[in-house]
Amino acid sequence: MLRLEPRAEASRLMSYLSPVLAAALTLIAGMAVFSALGKDPIEGLRLFLLSPVKDLYGVSELLLKATPLMLCAIGLAVGFRANVWNIGAEGQFMLGTVGATGVALYFQESDSGLILPAMVVAGAVAGAAWAAIPALLKTKFNANEILVSLMLVYVAQLFVSWLVFGPWKDPDGFNFPQTAMFGDSALLPILIEGTRLHAGFIIALTALVAGYAFMNRSYTGFKMRVAGEAADAARYAGFSANRMIWIGLLTGGAAAGIAGMSEVAGPMGQLTDKVNLGYGFAAIIVAFVGRLNPFGILLASLLMALLFLGGEQVQQYMNLPSSISMVFQGLLLFFLLGSDVFIHYRLSFSRATA
Amino acid sequence: MTQPIPPAASTPPRLVLKDIRKVYPSVVANDGVNLEVTPGEIHAVLGENGAGKSTLMKIIYGVTRPSSGEMHWEGKAVTVDSPAHARELGIGMVFQHFSLFETLTVVENVALALPGKPDLGELAQRIEEVSKRYGLPVDPRRHVHALSVGERQRVEIVRCLLQNPRLLIMDEPTSVLTPQAVRKLFETLRQLAAEGCSILYISHKLDEIQALCHTATVLRGGRVTGHCQPAEETPASMARLMIGKDLPVCEHGSSHSAGEIRLRLAGLSHATADPFATDLRDIHLDVHAGEIVGIAGVSGNGQQELLRAISGEEPLAEKFPVQILGVESGRMNPGQRRKLGMCFVPEERLGRGAVPGMSLADNAILTAAKSQHFVSGGFLAFWRARAFAENCIQAFSVKCGGASAAAKSLSGGNLQKFIMGREILQAPKLLVCAQPTWGVDVGAAAFIRQSLIDLRNRGCAVLVISEELDELFEICDRIAVIAKGRLSPPRPAAETTVEDIGVWMSGLWPGSELGEPHATPSAEVSHAPA
Repeated sequence: MLRLEPRAEASRLMSYLSPVLAAALTLIAGMAVFSALGKDPIEGLRLFLLSPVKDLYGVSELLLKATPLMLCAIGLAVGFRANVWNIGAEGQFMLGTVGATGVALYFQESDSGLILPAMVVAGAVAGAAWAAIPALLKTKFNANEILVSLMLVYVAQLFVSWLVFGPWKDPDGFNFPQTAMFGDSALLPILIEGTRLHAGFIIALTALVAGYAFMNRSYTGFKMRVAGEAADAARYAGFSANRMIWIGLLTGGAAAGIAGMSEVAGPMGQLTDKVNLGYGFAAIIVAFVGRLNPFGILLASLLMALLFLGGEQVQQYMNLPSSISMVFQGLLLFFLLGSDVFIHYRLSFSRATA
Repeated sequence: MTQPIPPAASTPPRLVLKDIRKVYPSVVANDGVNLEVTPGEIHAVLGENGAGKSTLMKIIYGVTRPSSGEMHWEGKAVTVDSPAHARELGIGMVFQHFSLFETLTVVENVALALPGKPDLGELAQRIEEVSKRYGLPVDPRRHVHALSVGERQRVEIVRCLLQNPRLLIMDEPTSVLTPQAVRKLFETLRQLAAEGCSILYISHKLDEIQALCHTATVLRGGRVTGHCQPAEETPASMARLMIGKDLPVCEHGSSHSAGEIRLRLAGLSHATADPFATDLRDIHLDVHAGEIVGIAGVSGNGQQELLRAISGEEPLAEKFPVQILGVESGRMNPGQRRKLGMCFVPEERLGRGAVPGMSLADNAILTAAKSQHFVSGGFLAFWRARAFAENCIQAFSVKCGGASAAAKSLSGGNLQKFIMGREILQAPKLLVCAQPTWGVDVGAAAFIRQSLIDLRNRGCAVLVISEELDELFEICDRIAVIAKGRLSPPRPAAETTVEDIGVWMSGLWPGSELGEPHATPSAEVSHAPA
């Protein structure tokens, strides 16, 4: 008889294997989905997983997609480790695009080298400000940050729409809901000629390193880990719970804001009402698949980026709906949560007992 | 005291364990243990922390399964699958670590352990009856999270008794009772035994075992090292069987002339938002350098609230009621109070005094980061924390897998030694600790008490909140009693007796609002305000 048996200690090995297992199960389930839709599952997987990265351009697109995911996820991980559940990175991402776009449009005629740094700062501040709302409500009124941050996503969406349909609409844009294209000085430099991969990728890698240093080496990071693992111990040690909430949300908001900046100053080059591609929500999955660990987040963001690209491929070549990407994301999170059971439990084949 | 009656030899044993062996990945917890309990027998299981007592009890109660060996229940070989199965057989257990759901009420918790779907109103009545009969005051409608450690234990005991068990396993049941209540409990246990119930009694209090138990099995390192009839032994001889050498004795030394005031509570009152917590009322106390002051009391009378108010985990609205080294610090957080030179040890070790999943080195950072300079430029010097933890492990002989071992991998006594060591090695000017030896074996407890006395002799002011009267009398220079959120005036320990303090625990000290001690003849232990 098969049964689950609690482990004496949480398995470290399993906590790293679990994402791999989840990825494998996602593939198997994905093949089943392809079969059910009447498509060749092997061809489907090939299109989904291999064809997006068959050449240098494909790889650069993968890194391009992974950039905002990495940025959002590392910011979220800082909060998640302290049990601060910021679900609204999507909204903070959009506010980041707004902050950066504001700077770009205001200095449209300038070619100063300070514009890009100013856009980064503006994006970070705008994202952090959006995250400050749930932080304030949580610390003052104990309002649940999950709900508040999530609901603010929809407010942010409407705010962006209002901007691009109204005051920021490009006067020469044939009435499309979008701003004017940014000047060259407001666009992130391209890293590899002939691709769209931009300097935002370097910013994201830097953020991962900074995230590692903060979470694993700094005193504040230590305090946040304690707050996440044992709230009473944090109180006993004298670590302020409110400070943890503020740091967790502001870091997540600022990182998502920078991710938003890197989208408008990177591949988009302008702000449109289609700016929310789901990076902020997908980053939640990335953070957990990556075990809230910077290196894990790097790998998980590449995997998630592959799912985005693969979804576009099968949409184009197999005539499948675009939501196939979302299905794969959902499967991945579902199987991850399932596999995580084995961190604390193991399967045992026990003899049947009376 | 009724003399233990040796059980009749003709009755078949209620429980027989044969060659029980339990192997964990890293340790052999039980190695060929044999045990026999007859109906109506009160059988003590003696042993230090880590001797394998708890594992053995968990095997009997079906929490874990033995790797090999047999268990016979009333003459039949059985495999106990689960605690529910054990309860069906007629085995009840009161755990040292409680198995209660914090978000549920007392009556709901009890209902969960009973088969079927009992009527809660009726059950509450039964709980009240049983708790009254056995002198274990419990309010069935309260939520468990609002109960103190001692009250939770009472719930566990009452829950077991409700099921009329034929074998009752009790793991350190008396550590949170007044001397009067212990006597009452013993009467209950003797009555239960006389009715034919067998009792397995685990305790480190050798005098209790002597007073209560018919027979004793001694475990050391997972093996049975001896059997004895406690009535024919002395506490010292049993301790020798248990730890393999003579029991260490605390050297109290002469009481020092009181130094400067290190902690002053000046009319500390605090009403909590929690309707089940105890409000503190106008508490006055001075603790001087070079003395140990003890606070006795039945749990749930404001000890937790008092510790939180002193530690800063529950900051006050005003500054003056708590003065640490002359600084009015009522509104400071625990970190700021530590900077003044105060250290403190809470009663819960895992989850409050230490982070369960973190290593001992990381747990050293928890409170010692600032005083031991682990932080430079916002970053942690992990090697310093590790060196400090290793030093602490060595100085306090903490048995563990080194500084990288997770806090939760340590036994309760060893973790307590580590936490005490961590606070003491920071050379505090004022140390406040709650239940310093709760559930700790005799050897480790004596060591911890001696460390507190040594600390006092080095000029530290020490405040100990404990529910163990013997301990307070052993180490304290002055003792005060907390009851219903009020604190009695402290008395020199040498000028008072366990009996007096026992009466004071009911709130009846001279000059207290509840009247003179003579007003009520019975020393019925009062409960926290309902």
